[in-house]
Amino acid sequence: MSTVRAAGILLGKELRLEFRSRELLSATIIFALVVVVLFSFAFDPTAAESRRYGPGLLWIAFLFAGSLMLNPSFSREQINETLDALRMAPISPFAIVLGKMLANFIFMSVAELILVPVFAVLYNISLAGIVWRLVLVLVLGTIGLTVTGTVFSAVSAHARMRELLLPLLLLPILTPLLIASVESTASLFQEQPALDRTWVAFLAGFDIVFLTASWLLCDYLLEE
Amino acid sequence: MAAHANTATSASECQSSGLGISFQQIEKRFGSLAALRGVSLEIQPGEFVALLGHNGAGKTTLLRIAALLMKPSRGSVSFSSTSRSRPAVSENSAPKFSIGLVGHSTLLYDELTAAENLHLFAKLYDLDDVDLRVKNSLADCGLESRAGSLVRTFSRGMRQRLAIARALLHAPALLLLDEPAAGLDRQGLEWFSAKLANLKHAGCTILMSTHARNESLDFATRAVSLAAGSVQQDSGPAGDPRPLLAALRAEA
Repeated sequence: MSTVRAAGILLGKELRLEFRSRELLSATIIFALVVVVLFSFAFDPTAAESRRYGPGLLWIAFLFAGSLMLNPSFSREQINETLDALRMAPISPFAIVLGKMLANFIFMSVAELILVPVFAVLYNISLAGIVWRLVLVLVLGTIGLTVTGTVFSAVSAHARMRELLLPLLLLPILTPLLIASVESTASLFQEQPALDRTWVAFLAGFDIVFLTASWLLCDYLLEE
Repeated sequence: MAAHANTATSASECQSSGLGISFQQIEKRFGSLAALRGVSLEIQPGEFVALLGHNGAGKTTLLRIAALLMKPSRGSVSFSSTSRSRPAVSENSAPKFSIGLVGHSTLLYDELTAAENLHLFAKLYDLDDVDLRVKNSLADCGLESRAGSLVRTFSRGMRQRLAIARALLHAPALLLLDEPAAGLDRQGLEWFSAKLANLKHAGCTILMSTHARNESLDFATRAVSLAAGSVQQDSGPAGDPRPLLAALRAEA
C-alpha cells in the first residue's frame, strides 16, 4: 500500500476520533482566543500598535495553542497501545506520522480560521486586500508548526513528563519559524501591504527541511 | 502490496502455511535490568508453543521482539516458512502481514465502534472484501449485534474478544498471544479455545504466553518455560509438553 493511501486512511481515523471527542480542537480554539482577548485588554490596540505587536501576538497564540494541541497527538495512542497495532500493520512508518501531521494541520487551520477574524476585529486590522497573501503565510507557518510538533510529539510520547517536555523541545526549535512567520505577517499588516518574499521562502525552506527530516527519521521516531 | 485474497473457509483462519521463527541469542536490557539473557529458540511453522513463566520472566519482551515492536540489545530474529511462495526472511524484511498480536492491551480505539476498528485495520492490511470480512469477524466473536457500539462501552471480556478478532482479521501465519485469556468469561474461553483449535488445524504457528493454567493450553504441541530472562525448560518440537503444563497446573 502506498504511503499516501495509508496516511489517508489514518487521517480519516484521526478526524473521526476528533469529531467524536472534540477534545483537541475545542481546547485549542478556546486557549488561543483567551490569549488574544487577554492581550487586547493588556494594551489599547490602536492601528499603529497593532501593526507593531499584532503579528507577534498572533503567532505566539498559534504557537502556544499548537503545542497544547500537539501534545496528545501520539500520547493518546498509548491508552490501549494502539500505536503498536499501527506499527505492526504493513505500512510505512512515515504513513503513521504523515497521517497525524495532516490531521494536526487541519485542526490547526480550523483554529486559525476562527481566530484570525476575531484578532482582526479586536486589534483593528483590516484584512481586505491581503487575505490570500495572509493565507499563504498562515499555511506555510502552520505546516512548519504541525510537522515539527508532530515529530516532537512522537519523541516525547514515551517520556514521563511529556506535557512539560514537548513545549521545552518544540518552542526553541520553532524560534526561526516564529521569526519568519511574524516578519511575513508584519509585512502584510503595514499600511502598504507587501509580501516579504525572503521570509516566505525561508518558511517554505523550513517546511521542506523538517518534512524531509521526519521522512528520513520516522523509523527511529516510532521505535521503543 | 497486492490485496490478500481470502475465502471464508476454515483455512482462512491462517495464511497458506505457518511462519517459523528463530531467536538467536536474544538479549534485551532496559538500563541495568536484563529482561532477556541469551534466549535461543527455533520454532517451526505450525507449532503451538506455550510460553510459561512467572511475572517478569521475560515472556512479554520476547513476544514484543517477535512482533518486531522491539529490537533486541543483542542477538537476532529470523522467520522461515515451508511455503515455497514465502522464502525465509530476516528481521528487516519480515512480512508484517504474516504476524498477528494479542497483547496485554486491546490495541483498539475506545472512541471507534467495533466495526470501525476492524474496518480501519482491514484497510491498513489492504484486505479485500472489507465489509464482508468485518461482518464475518464480528459474527464469529459474537459481537455482531454490537457492531455499531463504541468500544469504550464494552465489558472487558467483549473488548478481549474484539482484540482477538482484530489480530486474526488478516489471517496471520504467526500468531503471538500475550495472556490472551485475560478477562474472558466461560463462554469467551470456550470460543477462544475453539478458535485456537481451528488455527492449529489450519497450520498457523502460535506462540502463547501465560502464567496461569487454562484450557487453551491443551492444544500446545510444545512448552517452553522462562525464568529470569532465560529458557529454563523446553519440551522441544517433538517432545511432550504435558509435564511442563502439569507443573504449571500444580503451581496454580
